[in-house]
Amino acid sequence: MSNKTLPAWIDIGVIPLINVCLAFIVSGFVILLIGENPIEAVQYIITGAFGYGEGVGYTLYYTTNFIFTGLAVSVAFHAGLFNIGGEGQAYIGGLGVGLMCMSLDSFMPWWALLPFAIAAGAAFGAAWAFIPAYLQAYRGSHIVITTIMFNFIASALMVYLLVNILIEPGNMAPQTRSIVESATLPSMQELFAALGMDIENSPLNISLFLALACCVLVWLLMWHTRLGYAIRMIGFNENAAVYSGINTKRVIVITMCISGGMSAMVGINEVMGAQERVLLDFVAGAGFTGIAVSLMGRNHPVGIVIASLLFGALYQGGAELSFEISTITRDLVVVIQGLVILFCGALSLMLKPTIEKLFVKLMSSNKPKENANV
Amino acid sequence: MSDFLLILVSTLDSTIRVSTPLILCAMAGLFSERSGIVDIGLEGKMLAGAFAAAAVAAVTGSAWLGLLAALAISVSMALLHGFACITHRGNQVVSGLAINILASGLTVTLGIAWFHQGGQTPLLSGDARFLAIDLPGALALADVPVIGTIYSGLISGHNALVYLAFVTVPVTWWIVYQTRFGLRLRAVGENPQAVDTAGISVFWLRYRAVICAGLLCGIAGAYLSTAQNASFIKEMSAGKGYIALAALIFGKWRPKTALLACLLFGFLEALTVRLEGVALPLIGEVPPQFMQALPYILTVILLAGFIGKAVAPKAVGVPYVKER
Repeated sequence: MSNKTLPAWIDIGVIPLINVCLAFIVSGFVILLIGENPIEAVQYIITGAFGYGEGVGYTLYYTTNFIFTGLAVSVAFHAGLFNIGGEGQAYIGGLGVGLMCMSLDSFMPWWALLPFAIAAGAAFGAAWAFIPAYLQAYRGSHIVITTIMFNFIASALMVYLLVNILIEPGNMAPQTRSIVESATLPSMQELFAALGMDIENSPLNISLFLALACCVLVWLLMWHTRLGYAIRMIGFNENAAVYSGINTKRVIVITMCISGGMSAMVGINEVMGAQERVLLDFVAGAGFTGIAVSLMGRNHPVGIVIASLLFGALYQGGAELSFEISTITRDLVVVIQGLVILFCGALSLMLKPTIEKLFVKLMSSNKPKENANV
Repeated sequence: MSDFLLILVSTLDSTIRVSTPLILCAMAGLFSERSGIVDIGLEGKMLAGAFAAAAVAAVTGSAWLGLLAALAISVSMALLHGFACITHRGNQVVSGLAINILASGLTVTLGIAWFHQGGQTPLLSGDARFLAIDLPGALALADVPVIGTIYSGLISGHNALVYLAFVTVPVTWWIVYQTRFGLRLRAVGENPQAVDTAGISVFWLRYRAVICAGLLCGIAGAYLSTAQNASFIKEMSAGKGYIALAALIFGKWRPKTALLACLLFGFLEALTVRLEGVALPLIGEVPPQFMQALPYILTVILLAGFIGKAVAPKAVGVPYVKER
C-alpha cells in the first residue's frame, strides 16, 4: 500500500488525468440533467475559447489571473498551509497597485511605474497574508479559518473605501478614477501592432509575461533555493524541519507573505492592465479558482500553467456557451470548478488503491512473458 | 421609555430572525467538528437546502415537502463530504470548499434551467411557506405594558422553524453531553485511536455526525427560502455559513456559548440595519461595512488568543487511518 509500488508517471500523470476526466464526465451529466447536449456544449466552449482571435485573447487574459492565484496557493501548499485567502489578498493587493498607479501615473510612463506598482501590490497582498500567517505561526490559530475571515474583512474594507473615500467625484458607481492612459500596461494588441502584426482587441495585456516569469521564479524558489527546501520540508514533516534547525515559524510567515504577494499580482493584470482602475469585486473569484488550479496542477508551475489555461478556456468558452444556449450560464463553469476541486482535491486518493492493484496485476502478468522471451 | 422599549423589542425581534440560520448551522458544525471533521461546507449545504426547499415547495405547494427535500439534499451533500474525508481520507477543507462551490454553481444552473427566472424560484405564498405563528394569548396580552410587549412582539409571531432552531440547542447539548452517542462523538474528535481500541467504529460514528450536520443545515436552508424569504435567490446564504462557523469557534465548540455567539452576531446584523444613517454620540456614524466585518474581526481576535482561548477538538481535520 505504499507509494513505491506505482511509478511516478502514473502517480503524477495518469491518476490526475483520470480525476479531471471524472469531473468532466459528471459535468456532462449536469448538462444532460438540464436537457442540453453535452457534446454540443463542449464544441461551443472550444470554439468560444480558441476559435477566433478575440476569444483566444480573453482565454489568455483569464489564464493570467489563474496562474497568479494558482502559484500563490501552491507555494503555501508546499509548506502544508492551506491559503483560502487568495481572494482577499488579491483584492487588497489590487488596492496597493491602484494607489501606487494613481499617485504616480502623471509623472511616469508605464514601464517606469511597473516596478513600483508590483512592489506596492505585493506589499499590500503580503501584509494581508501576514496577519493570518503570524497568528498561525505564533498564536496557534488555524490558517484556514483566519484566511476565510480575512476574505470577508477585505471585502467589507474595500466596499467602504470605494464607496466613501476612493470614489471618483461625480461618478455614481463605486470605483476610482481611471489611471492615465500612458501609465497603463500596453495591451497585447498594442504590443503586436508595434511589431507590425495585427491581432484582435481583448483585455489581454503584457501581465501574461509577468505570470510566466513568476512561474519560473516559483520553480527556482521551490526547488533551487534553501528557502524553498525549508518550505517543502515543513510541508513534508514539520517536526523533522524543527529538528534539522529550520526556524519553522519564520518560514511559515515568509511563505504566506510570498503567497499573498503572488495573489496580489492579479491586481497588475486587472487594475493596471484590463480595468485601468480599482472597482468593486474585480477579483471575481479568481482566488478560489486558484485553489482548483493548484490542486489540478499538482502544485507544480508547469501543471499550474496547463490547469490555468484549461480554466481560462472554460471561463471564456463558458461565457460564449451562455450566448449560444440560453438555459446555460457561466455558473456551469462554477459547477465544473467545484467538481474539479472535489475529484482532484478531496477525492484524489479515491482511485489510487484500485489503480495500484491493476498495475501490480499488469506487471505480474507481463513478467513471466518477459522471462519466457529471455 | 415605551418608545425605547419598542425599538429594543423590534431590534431583538429581527435579531432572532437573523440568528435562526446561524444557530442551526452552528449546531450542525458542532456535531461535525466535535467528531473530528472540519466543516467549512455549512454554507454550501445550507444554500443547496434553500434551493431544494424553494423548488419543491413551488412545485408541490407544500412547505413541509420543501423541508423534506432540503433535508435530503443537504444530507446527501454531507454524505459526499463524509465519503471524501472519512472513507477516502481526503483533505476536509478542500472537500468543504468543493461542496460550497458546487452548491453555488448548481443551484443557479438548475434554477435557470428549470424555472427560467434568472436563477430565482417562483414566489411562494400560503401553505408553500412557513408562516408566523401567534402563540396563545399573544393578542390578548399585547396591550399589557412591558411583559405584553415582549411576549407578543418578541416571543410570539415567529414561524415554526425559528422555534425549532431554538429547540435544537438544548437538544444538541443533551445529545452531546448526556447520551452515550455524545460521549463517543466527543471522544472520537479528541482521540479516535482510543475509540477504535474500545471496539467502536470511528467511521460510522463520524458518518452519523456529518449526517446530523446535514440535517441541521437542511433546516437552515429551508428557513432561508421558505420562511424568512418567499423564494430562492442566487447566493442567498451570503456568507451566513461562514458566520455560523465563526460563531461556533467564538463559542468554543460548545452549544450554549455558540448560541450566545450566534445571537451576538445576529444582533450586530440587526443593529447594522437600525444604525444606517444614524449618528451616534461621540463616535458619529458607524459605517455599515464595519458592522458587517465585526463578527469576523472578533473571531480573529479570539483565535489570536486575546479574549480567552479557543481550543479546537484535538483530532479535528486529521483523517483516521485504522492500523492494520
